[in-house]
Amino acid sequence: MSAEARAAMLFLAPALLLIFLFFFAPVVAGFALSLTDFDLYSIGDIHNLRFVGLHNYRELTGSSIFWQAFFNTLLFAAAGGPLTVLGSLVSALLVNAKLTRWKAMFRTIYFAPVVTTLVAVSIVFKYLYHPRFGVINRALSVVGVPAIDWLGDPHWALFSIIILAIWRQFGYSMIIFIAGLQTISDELYEAARIDGAGPWRQFRHVTLPMLAPTFLFVGIVTAIGYLQLFAEPYVMTQGGPLNHTLSAVMLMYQQGFKFWRMGYAAAVAFVLFLVVGSATLVQLRFQRSR
Amino acid sequence: MNRTLKSFLLHAALIVGAALTLFPLFWMLSASFMANGEATQFPPHLIPHAATLDQYRQLFTRLNLGRAFFSSAFVASMVTIFSVLFNSMAGYAFAKLRFGGRDRIFGLLLAALVIPPQVGMLPLFLLMKQLHLVNSYWGAIIPSLATVFGVFLIRQFMLDVPQELLEAARLDGASELRIYWSVVLPLARPILATLATFMFMSTWNDFMWPLIILSDQSHYTLPVALANLSGEHVQDLELMMAGSVVTVLPVLMLFVFLQRYYIAGLMAGSVKG
Repeated sequence: MSAEARAAMLFLAPALLLIFLFFFAPVVAGFALSLTDFDLYSIGDIHNLRFVGLHNYRELTGSSIFWQAFFNTLLFAAAGGPLTVLGSLVSALLVNAKLTRWKAMFRTIYFAPVVTTLVAVSIVFKYLYHPRFGVINRALSVVGVPAIDWLGDPHWALFSIIILAIWRQFGYSMIIFIAGLQTISDELYEAARIDGAGPWRQFRHVTLPMLAPTFLFVGIVTAIGYLQLFAEPYVMTQGGPLNHTLSAVMLMYQQGFKFWRMGYAAAVAFVLFLVVGSATLVQLRFQRSR
Repeated sequence: MNRTLKSFLLHAALIVGAALTLFPLFWMLSASFMANGEATQFPPHLIPHAATLDQYRQLFTRLNLGRAFFSSAFVASMVTIFSVLFNSMAGYAFAKLRFGGRDRIFGLLLAALVIPPQVGMLPLFLLMKQLHLVNSYWGAIIPSLATVFGVFLIRQFMLDVPQELLEAARLDGASELRIYWSVVLPLARPILATLATFMFMSTWNDFMWPLIILSDQSHYTLPVALANLSGEHVQDLELMMAGSVVTVLPVLMLFVFLQRYYIAGLMAGSVKG
């Protein structure tokens, strides 16, 4: 081995060891765990552990709460994701517009929620949503809208969490859209103008196609993030009302770390992994076919 | 539509958007200076009539939130220091040193970016239990010490470090360690600042893993302590807002001062490697 290769091994060792030991190995072990009945008794004495094959997966698919949790999670990602990306695109277009002044200030303001602590802003929104003295209902009552129990009404709860998610997340993709917009050369717009394209057609035929790779990246990142929904329902609703905001990760947390049914929880986690993986693949495929 | 009208509408939209974006944060800050019950009065107060620090006093005396503040600061600082060291070493090796299987190993690492971290959390907890790290700061720190994202970020930056510079140092007889320390690291200062900012903020804000691994109040980080507190003090709106301010303000300030680095990292992360 050359001196350079020996040095490389040395430089790589800490990071690779840590990533292997505390990331890859647990992920693989997670799949193995999902094929066992690991529970409180196994934590006490590992000899109580039994291999149960796909039993946990069979139990999962037969449980209505599992379907509910995954339905909520997918709905959250499928509704919240596109709305967030739309918000990001609109804000990026506004901030990046030629006429806009104080660009840096607006960019900083719109981005600020991204760096806030999710638990803290979830608490803030919980009070904003309060049915009696929440600011939102009070503002709505001014225009005559009757009080809505945002987090307590099964019809509204997940929607309310989606609004929080958009508020917290749109600045992230906005930054990436702005970067994408700035790579589009003025000559393209110039050429479109000469061909007689108005603002809308310039947007439709120059901006949007040029942003396609950005859409792909932003879409994947947002979807992966949203499918891991946890802190908001944990803090705001505990998964209620009637499990309408229970997410897949929350189900895993409850089963695994509250009831110590770790085999079962590992199966939930692995299904989530499959969902995230397929969401990524679908987006890659969709983008390529266009 | 003429230019002035257009500009007016554009800025009106921008300002409304900014107001909506800032309102929750403004209200959090404002309510945190109110006395008990003021924020829930009717008609509502958006600004405290007589600003008070009572809520903060309670948090730091009776409720011992200072302890959680320390925990958060310690965990986030340790992760920041060591992750910058380990990730920069690995990123450098992947970018600039030649060894067999380099690209294959790196490709494998990248695939990990689509694995949700929760998938490994159950076995990770059991592993930590074996290592007697449950309910310890190190249990919260260790899994973040090296991250695929960090290695990736550093590698992308170091690809642009001129090879001749390294060769020249080698000809001068500098050891590999010395080259990394005195030639490469000084050049990489901007990206190291980016990674440090990133790691500090994401560790500070992290919730699920600390919630799992820190089982005792004495070790809670701020988000865990805050979530715990909010269950016991549902009625104490003003108190919870003060707790949220204590949690959010440090990262928000850090962002305002270091946003150049933070946003650079975001962009670098979004460029496909």
